[in-house]
Amino acid sequence: MSVPLVNADSLLAVDVGTVTTRAALFDVVEGLYRFIASGHAPSTAAAPRKDIHEGVCQAIENLQTITERKFLNEDRRLIMPANDGKGVDSFAATLSAGPAIKTVVVGLLDDVSLESALRLARTVYTQVVDIIGLNDKRKPEQQIDSILHLQPDLILFAGGTDDGATRSVEHLMETIGLACYVLPAEKRPALLYAGNTKLAEKVKSSLQSLTSSLRVSPNLRPSLETEDLQPAQHALTTLFTQIRRDQMGGVDELNTWAGNTLMPTAYAEGRIIRFLSQIYDSSKGILGVNLGACAATMAAAFSGELTLGVYPQLGLGEGLSDLLRYTSLEEIQKWIPLDIPAEAIQSYLYQKSIYPTSLPATPEDLAIEQAVARQTLFVALNSVAKDFPRRVRHASPGLTPYFEPILAGGSVITRAPALGQSLLILLDAIQPVGITTLILDQNNLLPALGVAATRNPILPVQVLESGAFLGLATVVAPYLDAQFGTPVLHGRLVYQNGNESRIDIKMGALEVLPLPVGQSGRLYLQPLHHADVGFGPGRTRESGIPVTGTALGVVIDARGRPLRLPTDAGQRRELIKKWLWALGG
Amino acid sequence: MLAPVTHILPFTTIRRERLLPLPGRILVHEGQKVNSLDVVAETHFGKEHLLTDVAGALGVRAEAAQNLIRIKAGGLVSQGDEIARRKGLVPRVVRAPRSGQALLIGAGQVFMEVGETAFEMQAGIPGAVTRLIPDRGAEITFNGALVQGMWGNGQMNVGLMMPMLSSPEETLVATQLDVSLRGAVLLAGNCSDPAVLQLAGELPVRGIILGSMAPAIVPQALQAHYPIIVVDGFGQRPLNSAAYKLLTENAKHEVTLNAMAPDWQTGVRPEIFIPLPVIQEPHLPRDEETFALEQRVRLRRDPHAGAIGTLISLRPRPTIMPSGIRVIAAEVRLESGEQVLVPLANLEVLG
Repeated sequence: MSVPLVNADSLLAVDVGTVTTRAALFDVVEGLYRFIASGHAPSTAAAPRKDIHEGVCQAIENLQTITERKFLNEDRRLIMPANDGKGVDSFAATLSAGPAIKTVVVGLLDDVSLESALRLARTVYTQVVDIIGLNDKRKPEQQIDSILHLQPDLILFAGGTDDGATRSVEHLMETIGLACYVLPAEKRPALLYAGNTKLAEKVKSSLQSLTSSLRVSPNLRPSLETEDLQPAQHALTTLFTQIRRDQMGGVDELNTWAGNTLMPTAYAEGRIIRFLSQIYDSSKGILGVNLGACAATMAAAFSGELTLGVYPQLGLGEGLSDLLRYTSLEEIQKWIPLDIPAEAIQSYLYQKSIYPTSLPATPEDLAIEQAVARQTLFVALNSVAKDFPRRVRHASPGLTPYFEPILAGGSVITRAPALGQSLLILLDAIQPVGITTLILDQNNLLPALGVAATRNPILPVQVLESGAFLGLATVVAPYLDAQFGTPVLHGRLVYQNGNESRIDIKMGALEVLPLPVGQSGRLYLQPLHHADVGFGPGRTRESGIPVTGTALGVVIDARGRPLRLPTDAGQRRELIKKWLWALGG
Repeated sequence: MLAPVTHILPFTTIRRERLLPLPGRILVHEGQKVNSLDVVAETHFGKEHLLTDVAGALGVRAEAAQNLIRIKAGGLVSQGDEIARRKGLVPRVVRAPRSGQALLIGAGQVFMEVGETAFEMQAGIPGAVTRLIPDRGAEITFNGALVQGMWGNGQMNVGLMMPMLSSPEETLVATQLDVSLRGAVLLAGNCSDPAVLQLAGELPVRGIILGSMAPAIVPQALQAHYPIIVVDGFGQRPLNSAAYKLLTENAKHEVTLNAMAPDWQTGVRPEIFIPLPVIQEPHLPRDEETFALEQRVRLRRDPHAGAIGTLISLRPRPTIMPSGIRVIAAEVRLESGEQVLVPLANLEVLG
């Protein structure tokens, strides 16, 4: 029944999240691919259903109501290919719902195979519960007992460069094999081997019957100097689907509809970010951030090289009661413009963790939720930044690298009551430097485009250029270590009609030059005191920078990098309120 | 729209499967009446494992060691038993470091399971065994009152329920606890004092039911050896009126607190069971509903978290809440008579 995406006209893409299942329709309008509409429904992955099918059908039925087009037949089966005005030509699916996958990482050296295997683990929704390596002081039987106690869903097994160590890898294989042998058949983990390729066949023959599923991929560390995660990532997506299939119903059917291309949502997001970095020639990187109930996902790509970080511990759902293991109440509280005691913030975290689908109805709850969003994004970006390639360009070490554009998803950001709030969350958390465009993925389209990208590259490009995403703001963030109030920038925005706006920016300011959607202009910047707007200290582009209209226009963020907030709580709250007012939030 | 359901029921029938983590022996029969603490199934497993390098110890190659190993896979060995011997002028012997069972023998090594531990699966719910699940456990059917909680500390026990409150918002304080409460299950509105949990453990009590609990004392609650169930959530909120009424009406009845940690994926929740005599077996409650008018609902988030009311209208279009977010919302008439607008996502059906 599956139809490849190539040469297909319409595409129906479903994303099953922890809270919401979304169905998005893309079709050709006047010769170009367009996003048509999306429908959504509560996800049914968790109890009492424990089966994603109902949520998927309801989301598609919601889309049917909106588009007045039928995609499901009377038996709620997908109509594919399209025929007689019904159904779709192709189908894609992504999945993020479900608990974090308990993972044991096994490898040889901490800073070689284990480091790469941990990076691999971070590309899907995993929780690393143990790490076994050569420097592990435990005896093999203690490692076995640890695996038995933890009962992982997945073992990621790497180690040995190609033509390198075999004996140590064989010892680890023995440890894994003995642990799996003792586990009851229904509790045996899936296993991905991405170590010394010489041992691949041996691993297969020894461990195949002792694991729930086994995949072998090319070595993720073929030599000490080389890391290649991509093939292992692909193999990991297959195992992800199989693990989810054992945890919840409906996964098989969805995967069948998708022609066996069901992908983890974060992986699909990573693919589209990498794809965009390949087609948009830029010396800067492209950043995609998504803050959902199940995880915070950060995808950064630099000329086709992707760094993907998926952090289930930083999701805004069930895991919130454990958030304080990764940050502090003070770090959350500092972002809140209202006087809310720390105890209330802690109660919020726990209450939200027991009701992960609930929404902030009061201004206080919203303020806490947005503060938590800032802090989790901040922590996630700092974590993923450790894996960025060394060659990426920064204004200064430790600052966010130059990105253009930054795409953001997740309802806490995209469904904020005011766009100024969305922007301030992103500016505070990401603290971009230089000139960048912030774009909101309000319809959660990036995963769908990620699935489509490699098979039908025209679709994502045309959809991205069609206005399906909301251009939030063009941000200019100069970098300068100067006193508050020091002049840092003269700006001049020349509109299409020849009119112009001028602005003088001082250190600490957050200012807006309106440039509505549909308009364009040219921005001339004159950095002062060697301020760096991305062209080097004190340098600019004399011919100006072309800018297109966005919802909030050109926003100049001269609050400093890294952003430092006043230590006095009252002053800090007033300042955050002032920034929100400046952005119309 | 599908609606989550919480059970607060004065009389219902509940079926729960109690399963061993590993295959084992079932100790009950179909139709048997069980109490919550009765063991319904048991299994044994090795707590630890040992890997003995026989080849290394004997100074021979792995293949050679295989022929020198004197025990068989599956065989039981006692500490000090000879498991391998190399003859010669100076014979070398490898002895079992601990008693246990040899699981695997190969590559010159012996892999043993030691420190056998029995695992006993308690019924966890008072009732009758209605189905046996071969090698794994049993289904138990309960009749009586049921209150589902939102958080539990993983413990289970049975005791007489003693209300420590005269209104749902009352805080449990240390001065209320004395020796007369030994063996009781305490019912209170909320608790924020770790000393209360410590003192309750010293008495000891058999459990605590709270409307809410301060997050700051969660670590102490997780350390407690008696069950603690939080019915409504975290912070300082009153016990919801439905649970308050049901539980206080059953004061001094025997209650089971199965304070399992909630798992939203599997649907496991902490539960309070109060067995009641059966006149006519009621229907099984539904675990899923669709939002509809006249449903009794509980509000999950501020400003009315824990309040109970009746759903009186469902807004057809998204509505702006005081926070500014646009959501699908419903109007709810609270028990006080006040009508409030609530995001549908912040409601759950009581039933």
